[in-house]
Amino acid sequence: MSANVSIAFTLNGVAVRATVPAHQSALEMLRDELHLTGTKYGCGEGECGACTINVDGSSANSCLLFAADCDGRDVVTIEGLADDKLTERLKQSFVTHGAVQCGFCTPGLVMQARHMLDKNPHPGHDEIKRGIEGNLCRCTGYKKVIEAIAEAGEASNLEDAR
Amino acid sequence: MNEHLRSTAVEREPAPPTPWGAADEIATYLAPRSLDAALEALRAGPVTILAGGTDLMPQSKTGRARFHPTLMNIRRIPELQGIGEASGMVRFGALATMTDLLENALVRSRFNALWQACDCFASDQLRNVATIGGNICNASPAGDTLVPLLVFDAHVVLASKADGTLATRTVPLRDFLVGPGRTSRRPDELLTAVEVPLPNERFVSAFYKAGARPALDISAISIGVGANPAAGALNDARIAFGAVAPTAIRAPRTEATLEGRLVAETIEPALKAADDEISPISDVRASAWYRRELIRNVLRGMLENVGQC
Repeated sequence: MSANVSIAFTLNGVAVRATVPAHQSALEMLRDELHLTGTKYGCGEGECGACTINVDGSSANSCLLFAADCDGRDVVTIEGLADDKLTERLKQSFVTHGAVQCGFCTPGLVMQARHMLDKNPHPGHDEIKRGIEGNLCRCTGYKKVIEAIAEAGEASNLEDAR
Repeated sequence: MNEHLRSTAVEREPAPPTPWGAADEIATYLAPRSLDAALEALRAGPVTILAGGTDLMPQSKTGRARFHPTLMNIRRIPELQGIGEASGMVRFGALATMTDLLENALVRSRFNALWQACDCFASDQLRNVATIGGNICNASPAGDTLVPLLVFDAHVVLASKADGTLATRTVPLRDFLVGPGRTSRRPDELLTAVEVPLPNERFVSAFYKAGARPALDISAISIGVGANPAAGALNDARIAFGAVAPTAIRAPRTEATLEGRLVAETIEPALKAADDEISPISDVRASAWYRRELIRNVLRGMLENVGQC
């Protein structure tokens, strides 16, 4: 068995401690140890983006991140965005545009879209396509997802103007 | 039982291994906060080095990478951070991520081929995490940053404490890469930085990567071109290729063919020299024949573009 590593980090704004095997991924820790199952296991090798989380202000594939490397860092999962205003706008926009079908990719897409809007509050369609190139969706064909993210950006535009 | 169903069952591939588990032989996990502590650990015994983890994690899950007894996370070592320039030499700390490079003004303005390689590197989630030191030490023949770094004559800086005192050596990247997944890094050494001479302001460069899709792809081939163009001729011509040899390579004979002469007159002999210098294999991403076709046709277009600068 691998050595266990004691870590302390911020998870969705709350200080947490965990003991994790050295080889464990952050995704395994989140889902199996901490029971935060909003973050999805898709491919396990960084291709699909279903496991996207935010670490220290940047999006990352949690399947590729060693759990031990969360030590001292600020980790946000989809559960941590439940009360976030911009995420609420994204959520509404995804619903309005029918950008959710089976829903498996949705937490990852929302996490990535949220990170994208942080860096670029009003992205165009081409910028959105680049921003979500690491997220696979097998249902929607992406068009509705792109429109949903664009509208969430535009809505924040209106709000800025007020 | 229905004959059709039975044959389907037989032909189906075996179930993939469970995603959890495997690679669980790590006896010690270290996360040193100084270069000195990291080098002491490397001196003490075999160590698997972890930086971004984006290659190490999938390799360990599929059993392609085996862990040494000690796993050392180097991400908290301040000496490995940052990007800076001093007296004409640009230093990329080993932990600089692809996003760090993309957002760096110097990379944007003076290292176009490197910027382009980072721009088409995997996806945003991976660019935020993957490091330049990791891309080099993983030594994939198709490694995205290796081709432009070869064009820019990059050197890697290796630190060790073999006899108890800090020693560093600087190795040209072209000598550091010795085979697929293999470098000339000694087990007690740590790659601390990449050093690249700042090219003059007229130096132009470009990177092109051919694959099945724009994002998250491993190159079928990649090409880096750099030169000082003057009146249709190329001075200081530099050509590098990825995924057509056991390592990413410079192409000195192709460069010699082009050097100082009009692109329009040297393009055919240069393409011939390039075809001689590469040794592509057929694999899941492309056949050797297709790789040669790609090199010839893409390089032609890139040289024509540079010739018009």
